[in-house]
Amino acid sequence: MSEPLLEARGLTMRFGGVVAVDRVDFALQEAELRCVIGPNGAGKSTFFKCLTGQLRPSAGDVLFRGTPIAGIGSHAIARLGVGIKTQVPNVFDGLSARDNVWTAAARVAPGRIAERRTDQAMERVGITGIAGRIVGQLAHGQRQLVELAMVIAPEPDLILLDEPAAGMTDEEVDRLVDLIRELNQRHALVVVEHDMQFIRRIARTVTVFHQGAVLIEGDVARILTDERVRDVYLGKQAA
Amino acid sequence: MDYAIILLLQIGSAIASLVLLSIGLAVIFGMMRVINLAHGEFLMLGGYAAITAYNKGVNLWIAMLVVAPLTVGLFGALVERLVIRHLYGRLIDTMLATWGLSLAMIGFVTVVFGNTVSGISAPLGSLSIGGYRTGRYEIFLIGVAALLLVAGWLVLRYTRLGLIARGTMQNSAMAAALGTNPSAVYAVTFAVGAALTGLAGGLLAPLSGVVPTIGAAYIAKAFITVISGGAAILSGTAIASALLGAINTITTFAFTSVLGEVALLVAAVVLLRLLPQGITGRFFRRAL
Amino acid sequence: MKRLASHLGNVVVLVVGLGVLFGLPALAETYLIINATIFAAFAILALSLALIWGYAGILCFGQAAFFGLGGYTYAVAAINFGETTSAAALAILLPTIFAALLGYFMFWGRISDVYLGVITLTVSLILYRFVNQTAGEQWNIGDAPLGGFNGIPATPILNWPGRPGDQLAPEDIFSLTVGLLLIAYFACKILLATRFGRIMVAIRENETRAELLGYDVRLYKLAIFMVGGALAALSGLLFANSVFVSPTMFSLPVSGQIIIWVIIGGLGTLIGPLVGCILMQVLTNQLGTLNQVKGFAWVDPNLVLGVLLVVFVLLVPRGLTGLATDAWRRLAGLARRPPPAAAQPVQERTSNP
Repeated sequence: MSEPLLEARGLTMRFGGVVAVDRVDFALQEAELRCVIGPNGAGKSTFFKCLTGQLRPSAGDVLFRGTPIAGIGSHAIARLGVGIKTQVPNVFDGLSARDNVWTAAARVAPGRIAERRTDQAMERVGITGIAGRIVGQLAHGQRQLVELAMVIAPEPDLILLDEPAAGMTDEEVDRLVDLIRELNQRHALVVVEHDMQFIRRIARTVTVFHQGAVLIEGDVARILTDERVRDVYLGKQAA
Repeated sequence: MDYAIILLLQIGSAIASLVLLSIGLAVIFGMMRVINLAHGEFLMLGGYAAITAYNKGVNLWIAMLVVAPLTVGLFGALVERLVIRHLYGRLIDTMLATWGLSLAMIGFVTVVFGNTVSGISAPLGSLSIGGYRTGRYEIFLIGVAALLLVAGWLVLRYTRLGLIARGTMQNSAMAAALGTNPSAVYAVTFAVGAALTGLAGGLLAPLSGVVPTIGAAYIAKAFITVISGGAAILSGTAIASALLGAINTITTFAFTSVLGEVALLVAAVVLLRLLPQGITGRFFRRAL
Repeated sequence: MKRLASHLGNVVVLVVGLGVLFGLPALAETYLIINATIFAAFAILALSLALIWGYAGILCFGQAAFFGLGGYTYAVAAINFGETTSAAALAILLPTIFAALLGYFMFWGRISDVYLGVITLTVSLILYRFVNQTAGEQWNIGDAPLGGFNGIPATPILNWPGRPGDQLAPEDIFSLTVGLLLIAYFACKILLATRFGRIMVAIRENETRAELLGYDVRLYKLAIFMVGGALAALSGLLFANSVFVSPTMFSLPVSGQIIIWVIIGGLGTLIGPLVGCILMQVLTNQLGTLNQVKGFAWVDPNLVLGVLLVVFVLLVPRGLTGLATDAWRRLAGLARRPPPAAAQPVQERTSNP
């Protein structure tokens, strides 16, 4: 096997006495699509924030193509070619949808090329029709799509998505599923989700988090029929 | 030896005056996350209240310890009703409005009392230590500052009011969910903070005199102390006062009083570079 | 339509500016021209805060620090050099470096808006206290006495470049100041239209998103903060040429005034704070006359300014330009179609504590 694109070794995050992520090992190959699932409070989001530089892990390493990136700051990680979409929509509310996407494209490309990439990204996501609208006035699902266009505009090698389907209409979810499949032809993706319906539609390899650690990892069909995974999810729902 | 005692007393006195200057600001900041930019003028008002009452024949101690906090506390309650209340959740706007208030207060006091220095002489006389002399009143102020901190701790730790206050400090949304009315908590907080500031203004008036623009001389120190201390009202104020008071006094002894203030500022800026949330934002996070 | 309005606005500003630049010296008496110079110097100061607060979201309560440093650096350097061109350059350079240092501590420390306001205010206050006590020989810098409370009444007037001793007349200083104000205004406009300016505005809108896109927010903020410092220093240097330098340049009322200009004119625009500055200067002068000459003790300028600031924050949070845009929209809406579409969201000055 070649060197992984993204790797976590013994990643640990403690908040005071609480261990939110506990010695997690994780490896993602080039062009892979990986879904990270788990019930609420399993540590998925904390794990995600450690990957994106929003949190500095208490212990362990995160490597991107062999370079350690833990604690170097979100902007430095993004510059390595990582596109990040956070759980809460993070957009520029006072700007138009197009200006939002342009800001993303302008970091990697100058002048005209940035303009062209902006239009392409908006087309791929299907938001050309709302280019002139102020993002703060858009519906939640549309804002998610704008953010997605911002993530893909710089053509990152790796895309990290935290709960991308949250708050979307069925129609928008359909488009998102198509888009993720299409993106995966060229980019590696990590998708953190707890909506099982959505996972079924996109996933190949799945990593299941439970109580801050990796419970099981493998092919989606096997995972979804696994006893332990069921217990974790059902147990949570029963409680 | 005598010199050492005097130096220690001076440091103690500097620390005490920082505690007095900033405790009211710290109460309002710790509970409401509001920086009251009219803080210096609240101190000024306390000073004027004490001096005016004294000149009208009120006993000096009553003027300083009762009239000053009462006047400024009532004024604070009024300001909270008329201005602050309408700006909850808008921190920057609150700062701007209190700044406007500060200018207006300077203007108003200038109109009423004129732009001249008034003063009263410090009571209690002086004390000789070897060849050096120091004021007994300054030692009295060290005692008052210590007493305020202890009393504050007792209130926060053991009373129902303190429980509500601690809840609000930790998480105001949670405190609201548990049935305390945050608007009432904020109103009381602002009035109490103002009263403490008025008390400090009254107590410091004999040392520095009062003039309408004296607030500007106070607030730099008060702000630095509070933001260096962080969100924990008592321990933050106490630790930051101790640290900055010591730095200030030692630099003042070695050079001049203004360089003492410059050193205080530099120390605070470096401190904030290292601990952006203040001392208690990083250490002693559970402290009061 | 929107673009047309913006071009129209630029033309109006240019025409009014040039009109003042060439018209006033022909019409007005010298004392009025000196007054107008002071207004224009202050307008550059207003511009500096309009830029960094309105477009970069950096709430600096201490622009007076750079204003005062600019003035003092100029005065001290000019006295020592015996020539003012290099002194003027130094007067911009030194405060800009100071802004860089201060900015490094604030932005790399990632302190919140509230702390930032307090730190910058405190810096200007300490400078005020420091300069205030510099009376006496031991505070001479070279040949220049800092002069403590009195400042440096013998602040040299700018000479023509390369001709030491050949001083500019008050009318020349006026033309220079108004000319520089116009240049600064349009330079800011252009800056905001560049890639840097657009990204700056995006950072104001959402810092986290900008970080996640790969922008080093700290560098951008530092850069714009230095531009703001340089503009404030320029203002101080021009002010020093029409009055003289004194510690009041660092004082609380000066810092407060700048904030008031921006709030009353309208945050998030460049023209608003300029208009706010001129209006408030006129008002302050009138109040000063009423208060001191005519003996109306109750019209204390501080009292009036303070009350105005509170009233604007509470009732007119978007300032005069906000009022004007609303009125314009209503007019335009009446002319074309009934009820105007929802206005843009009210600007919220508050950000995370």
